[in-house]
Amino acid sequence: MTTQRAYVRPMSTFWWVKKRSYFIFVMRELSSLFVAWFVFYLLLFISAVGRGGEAYQDFLVGAKYPAVVVINVVAFAFIVLHTVTWFSLTPKAMVLTIRGQRVPAIVILGAQYAALVAVSAFVYWLVTR
Amino acid sequence: MTRPRIEPLIWLNFSAGGVTAAVFLPVLAFLFAFAFPFGWIDAPSHEHLVSVIGNPITKLALFGLFVVMLVHAAHRFRYTLYDGLQIKEKGLIAVLCYGSAAIVALASIPVLLSV
Repeated sequence: MTTQRAYVRPMSTFWWVKKRSYFIFVMRELSSLFVAWFVFYLLLFISAVGRGGEAYQDFLVGAKYPAVVVINVVAFAFIVLHTVTWFSLTPKAMVLTIRGQRVPAIVILGAQYAALVAVSAFVYWLVTR
Repeated sequence: MTRPRIEPLIWLNFSAGGVTAAVFLPVLAFLFAFAFPFGWIDAPSHEHLVSVIGNPITKLALFGLFVVMLVHAAHRFRYTLYDGLQIKEKGLIAVLCYGSAAIVALASIPVLLSV
């Protein structure tokens, strides 16, 4: 008896460079790597604070090394991409209804940007006050 | 009887981490990667940072943020490798992604407690 297997069309590793929307999709997914980078970076920062005032100053100097700046600039661009794409995705993934009426996408979008502003202001106040 | 599955919990964490990263990381990255090192904004004193991070509520909050963001990143990167780069070693990718997230999450405990 022979078993039949469906034909799986081979796909190239770089299938996503041919079309703009595919490319943005992969870049969006790749932002995950830079989320992890900033968690790691913040841990290095907290560890420096834990080692004392001098280590903290050294960290601030180290953050200006060209290699670190390049990584951080690229990572920051990916974080912005993550924030923007995540916010615009939410109204599509989450259907909110209030009194039987679907909450319009623009309201969910606005609420998220408001949250971003509020959280940013709070963090800024907490670390600089 | 169906086996309880962990997958939905990971997706839940993926969403939580996605929101957290979207809302918290821009300001944290801007302040600590650029504004303070380059002096665009006066960097806080060491004493002030110790008092903020040393607070148990801050530690707990930071630990929570780090864990959900790490699991989010691991989960998303897993599918980036699988669908994006067409690497089909499913098991190995999962172990590497969640494994590194777990290691960094565990390592963050002594780091947070050191302040």
